[in-house]
Parts: sequence; C-alpha cells; structure tokens
Amino acid sequence: MAKVKSLADLKKIKDEVQSKMKLRENSEQPEKMVQVKVAMATCGIASGAKETMNYMIEEFDHQSIEAVVTQTGCMGYCYAEPTIEVTLPGKEPVVFGHVDKKKAQEVIETYVKKGELIDGVIPVNYKTIDE
Amino acid sequence: MKELALHILDIAQNSIRANATLVEIEIEDNLNDNRYQISIIDDGTGMDEDTIQKAIDPFYTSRTTRKVGLGLSMFKQNAEMCDGTFDVKSKLGEGSKVTATFIHNHLDRPVLGDIAGVVLMLVYANPELDFIYRHSTNNGEYIFNTWEVKEQLGEVPINTPEVKRYLEEMIRENLVEIGSNN
Ligand SMILES: Nc1ncnc2c1ncn2[C@@H]1O[C@H](COP(=O)(O)OP(=O)(O)O)[C@@H](O)[C@H]1O
Ligand SMILES: [Mg+2]
Repeated sequence: MAKVKSLADLKKIKDEVQSKMKLRENSEQPEKMVQVKVAMATCGIASGAKETMNYMIEEFDHQSIEAVVTQTGCMGYCYAEPTIEVTLPGKEPVVFGHVDKKKAQEVIETYVKKGELIDGVIPVNYKTIDE
Repeated sequence: MKELALHILDIAQNSIRANATLVEIEIEDNLNDNRYQISIIDDGTGMDEDTIQKAIDPFYTSRTTRKVGLGLSMFKQNAEMCDGTFDVKSKLGEGSKVTATFIHNHLDRPVLGDIAGVVLMLVYANPELDFIYRHSTNNGEYIFNTWEVKEQLGEVPINTPEVKRYLEEMIRENLVEIGSNN
C-alpha cells in the first residue's frame, strides 16, 4: 500500500513551487495580475461557490495565467449566486452572476483572455464589495 | 446545504468576518456513542448574550448588504430536524464556539461531504489566518494545522495551487487512515 501523504513530504512540492515561482514574473506585483474574488457567503456557498472557486484556481494554473483568486463576503446578489468579481490589470472590476463551471470557463476564455464582455455581467452601483 | 462540510465553510466565514486569527474545526465522528459532532471555534470579536440570541434568529444579521442572516439558523434547523442539538457560546473580545450535534446514524443527517476541499478552500483564500482541523473517530485522530504547514513551507506561500492539491490529498488519505465516516 502506498504511504499516506504527510507534511514531511511537502518538501518536494515546496521545491517544485520555488522553481516555478522564479518563472512567474508578476507574483510580486498583484496589480499586474488578474484578480478574482468569489463571493463566499451563505447563498454563494449553497449555490456552488466552492466549485467555482476551485475551478478558477485550477484553470488559471493549468493555463499558466497569472491570477489571484480570493474570496469575499456577501455582495448582495443572492439571486445571482455564485457571483465573482474580476479585475483585469488596469481595468475597473466587473461582476459576473450565475458563475457555474461552464460560465467560469467562458469568463476565462472570453473576458480574461480576450477582454471581451459576455452575458451575465451585473451592473455595479457599489464602490467596493467588501461588506 | 447538502453537506455538513458546506455548513462548516459557511460558519467559518462568520469567524473570518469577525476578524479571527485562528479558526478551529472539530469533528467528533463517534460511532460507538452514535454521535457526529461538529464545532467551529474562533478567536474573533465574539458576541454578547443579546447578540447570540439574535444571531440564531434568521431575521437577524449585522450585514448591510441584505436583510436576513441565514447561516446559523440554517445549521441549527438542520441539526434539530435530525433530533440533534445546536449551541452557540461566545464572549465579546474572546471569540465564539458553534456546536452542532447529530445522531450519527440518523437517516436525515447530511453527509459530511468534501471536508478536505472545504478546509483547503479556507486555507487558500485566507493565507494569513491559521486553521486547525481535528477529526476523531473510534480508531484514532487526525490533526491538520496550518501553523505546522507554514513552518514546513518557509517562504513558499501556502496559497499556491500545488500546495493546495497536495494538502487536500494529504487530509483525504489521513481521514481514510482513521476510518472516518461520511
Ligand atoms: N463567529 C462569530 N463571531 C462574531 N459574530 C458572529 C459570529 N457568527 C455570527 N455572528 C453574528 O451573527 C450574525 C448572523 O450570522 P449568520 O446567521 O451566519 O448570518 P450572516 O452571516 O448572513 O449575517 C452575523 O451577522 C454576526 O453579526
Ligand atoms: Mg454567516
């Protein structure tokens, strides 16, 4: 039987990450990276925000897109959960609603990579989404 | 919520919003005593007696973004629907402890679900906070502690996809080792 993973073996991963980090030019300058905030309050969690966030983390990593994915509280759009706020470098934040995996993929392929807007943008009339 | 793990994710959000620096998740997965007990403990701002009473009322929230608070009352309802109990202990300036106790083999008890995914989501999204996750069964106990992880990682940030994947797997494998039940 394979050995159960333990913290001692984390060293291998650590070395891997360290060599990769040297290749990531912008990791010290978050303002040059794509920033995604996933609303992680009750309605968001109940509608699948965790899967959405996981998908985005994995997909950015997979496609080597330099991005910071974090969570935020309630944005007040319970009817449109899961919601995410995407900020491209030098642009205003844009909020997308009903972001399941499929929509998340569309956001990455169309908005993040090409800068083109897609359906499902929530008009914003707020300054910041932090509660 | 279909999974207890999602309730945990949600209740932990309250702790984060209350400026906790340490969030502890405890699961007592006790078949011998037919008990499945979940606690979420934080060192955040805490609540006074009056607020605790109000907090478990669905029509109370300290938010300004919407009119109802749902998290605690949903968790409570879920526990009580399965003949379980629910308790909130808190002290201003000290922190809070939310405990839901279920009957292990109750037909309506939600499954635990993806707890490893939930713990790592919390860790990834809140790299500056510390999390301890304890899971005990009648066969043993597993403890995951971000403080130890960070010590191992040194200058490598805990919120990297590679680290997240590894730790998630590590928790899953260790839960299998202690024979945790869903
Ligand atoms: N761990 C905690 N520390 C401090 N205050 C809390 C905590 N948990 C809940 N509260 C208070 O109780 C209220 C209700 O919580 P909850 O039912 O989760 O609804 P919501 O988070 O949507 O407001 C919160 O708005 C907050 O004021
Ligand atoms: Mg809440």
